[in-house]
Amino acid sequence: MTLDQLAPGQTAIIREVGGTGVFRRRLLELGLLPGTRVLRTGQAPLGDPLSFRVRGTLLSIRSADASLVEVIA
Amino acid sequence: MDRPTVVFVGNPNTGKSTLFNHLTNANAQVSNYPGTTVGHAVGELSLPHLGPVRCVDVPGTYSLAARSADERVALEAVLGLGDRPLPDVLVVLLDAPRLARSLYLALQLLELQVPIVFALNMMDEAEAAGQVPDADVLADELGAPVVPMVARRGLGADALLQALEQTLRGEHPAPGPPHRFSEPLRQDAEAALAALPAEMRPPGLPGARAVALGLWVLLSLDDDDALADLELDRSLLATIREQARSSGRDLVSEIVGQRYAWIDAHVSALYGGPLRLQHAVQDRIDRVVLHPISGGLLFALVMFVVFQALFTWSAPLVDGIDASFGWLAGLVAPGFEAVAGSLAGPPRTLVETLGDLVVEGLIGGVGAVLVFIPQIALLFLFIALLEGSGYLARAAYLMDRVLRLAGLPGQAFVPLLSGYACAVPAILATRTMPRWRDRLLTMMVLPLTSCSARLPVYTLLVAALFPPKIEGFPLPVQATALFAMYVFSTVVTVLAAVVLGGTVLAERPVPAMLELPPYRVPHLPTVLRSVRGAVSTFVREAGQVILFATVALWALLSFPRHAPEDLLAPEVIAEAVASGADLEALARPLALERSAGGYLGHLIEPVIAPLGYDWKIGVGLIGSFAAREVFVSTMGLVYGISEEVGSDDLSLHEKLRAERRADGSPTYTPLTGISIMVFFALAMQCLSTLAVLRRETAGWRWPAFITVYMFALAWCLSFLIYQGGRALGFE
Repeated sequence: MTLDQLAPGQTAIIREVGGTGVFRRRLLELGLLPGTRVLRTGQAPLGDPLSFRVRGTLLSIRSADASLVEVIA
Repeated sequence: MDRPTVVFVGNPNTGKSTLFNHLTNANAQVSNYPGTTVGHAVGELSLPHLGPVRCVDVPGTYSLAARSADERVALEAVLGLGDRPLPDVLVVLLDAPRLARSLYLALQLLELQVPIVFALNMMDEAEAAGQVPDADVLADELGAPVVPMVARRGLGADALLQALEQTLRGEHPAPGPPHRFSEPLRQDAEAALAALPAEMRPPGLPGARAVALGLWVLLSLDDDDALADLELDRSLLATIREQARSSGRDLVSEIVGQRYAWIDAHVSALYGGPLRLQHAVQDRIDRVVLHPISGGLLFALVMFVVFQALFTWSAPLVDGIDASFGWLAGLVAPGFEAVAGSLAGPPRTLVETLGDLVVEGLIGGVGAVLVFIPQIALLFLFIALLEGSGYLARAAYLMDRVLRLAGLPGQAFVPLLSGYACAVPAILATRTMPRWRDRLLTMMVLPLTSCSARLPVYTLLVAALFPPKIEGFPLPVQATALFAMYVFSTVVTVLAAVVLGGTVLAERPVPAMLELPPYRVPHLPTVLRSVRGAVSTFVREAGQVILFATVALWALLSFPRHAPEDLLAPEVIAEAVASGADLEALARPLALERSAGGYLGHLIEPVIAPLGYDWKIGVGLIGSFAAREVFVSTMGLVYGISEEVGSDDLSLHEKLRAERRADGSPTYTPLTGISIMVFFALAMQCLSTLAVLRRETAGWRWPAFITVYMFALAWCLSFLIYQGGRALGFE
């Protein structure tokens, strides 16, 4: 499954970060690496972007971007 | 010996500015790096034994190896590239409760092998969360001093100064990276170094720093637009990447992964146990603040207050500035008049001209600059408070989906909202947007938002030319027309953003990721520094242009000068003298017509005639460059009423309605009114906005483009409306 499919409150482990170029590098540098634990915390009132807690930081990620990250629930 | 240089580096939201502010006693100067739009602060601190030290605060960054101009400035400051001095020590901020994130940047900096002192900040938050990292263990692991701190309360500041002093004396040698990259990666890094231009590759670069710079090249410089001006050997980089790929390696994953591997292996030990993912207090606040209903209401309330402050609360301050400059002018003017009265002939004219230059040009011009300060100060006060509390990022999060319709990120909301009060502070407020492309796009469309200076123009035209009621139309006509102008402005702003974002500023999508920082009580000195910085850079760097332009515009509408006796017919003079009327006032419309501005109004008449305007409206358009609302007083002058006329002045309404074209038809019809309002909604008629745009985009190129596109848009739409309306039989 992908990161955007996590339910609020659900935790998962990142398996693979997709995308290319700057996009992928940015995700990796923020610490979304394979093996990292992620907690889906919530979403903005209009359903997008989504928020996640990774390595102690709360991040807002658009669901289209989150769909490029594969996770194992 | 030169004073040593200390550069402060760290992630955003780690209290870097607060620490910098505390150590430098807020004496820092905020300015741009030469040739860039990235702001930085330079200050000074005094060490007990070594004395004064130069301190540089660079923009907060998550990595040295990413895409933005901010990160490039941070890198150049850290490495002492270009004409920046090589720092003697780096102060690197670590976020105690969120070490994993800040250690990534710390490792990159350690790779550079420069002397470092780590400030382990936010220890109070770490204690509150029950996850306190061990500073001594961290210092051992990193090979450099680590000072636990609570910067906002000044705790640990003395220990930091002591560590700085020891490091400057060479008591702590420059640490190396605690992690070691794999051998193939080191070789790739050294090979990649050759792709850099010579000036970024100082001779005799120590081995480890060469590897670090090589990794930076591999990680950052691919198709990077922020660094497009660098002359790189891109084919060499492509070859290195291709070779790695063919042996099944992905360089980006390797570089980033090997740094995080060290972090993951050490973080739990530093905290004495695994980190929890949840953060009870913060998450509980977020459940309310980001809730669809309570969060929406809070957002509306906060934005209402910000807008109210700009639109309404700033008014008394603005009026106060206006009044005090009027008072000053009133104080100075009689002096010049008295001197002029004692003279005759050319000296008298000279003194009169000089008096007008001082009173109307210079005093008016300085007033035109200072009048922006209340709004700038108020807006930056709110932005700094919202930023310091952690809410600004959440406002962007809440608005992201909405602004995506315009191709903009959520951070554009506060600047765009501010634009409805005034584009000048709003353009400055785009500094809170991290990505340059998004920021530029926001600045390009901001002058289209319906600023408060347009309102008097709309009010004048609507009140003078629109009937209060139309049969069969249930709403009050005039209020509906005003409202329609706001809707029109908003729609055009969004459409312009979509079009410009898809053409001039087209780009491949970049992930719009945003950190939602922890909630905190804003740190007042940091807030005040932000306000002071915004105001002082505006006055210093945009003020000159505004002052010069205001004086030039005044000269345009005042020269060449004519005595009333030369303008008025003898019988008019005789009648005026007999009835005691003011000759000067009688002659003013004619003087204006024969000024350079009046001549220019005639000159542009053929261009604006298809929009339904005559030369008098042309003069009004020229006058409105000082500020759009000046249109009203210029029309007052043109029609010989007075300069002090307001948009609700009935005599001006009468004059407008009575004005006739050569064929006897009225000049001002509702259709002309709409055409003028649309022109004012779209045209770039604000010198102050241009001055600020020049300052924020570091040149005239973008202001010139914005001026051209806005005037083209204004002319075309006004033309379509006026000519289309006439073809359909309206007037």
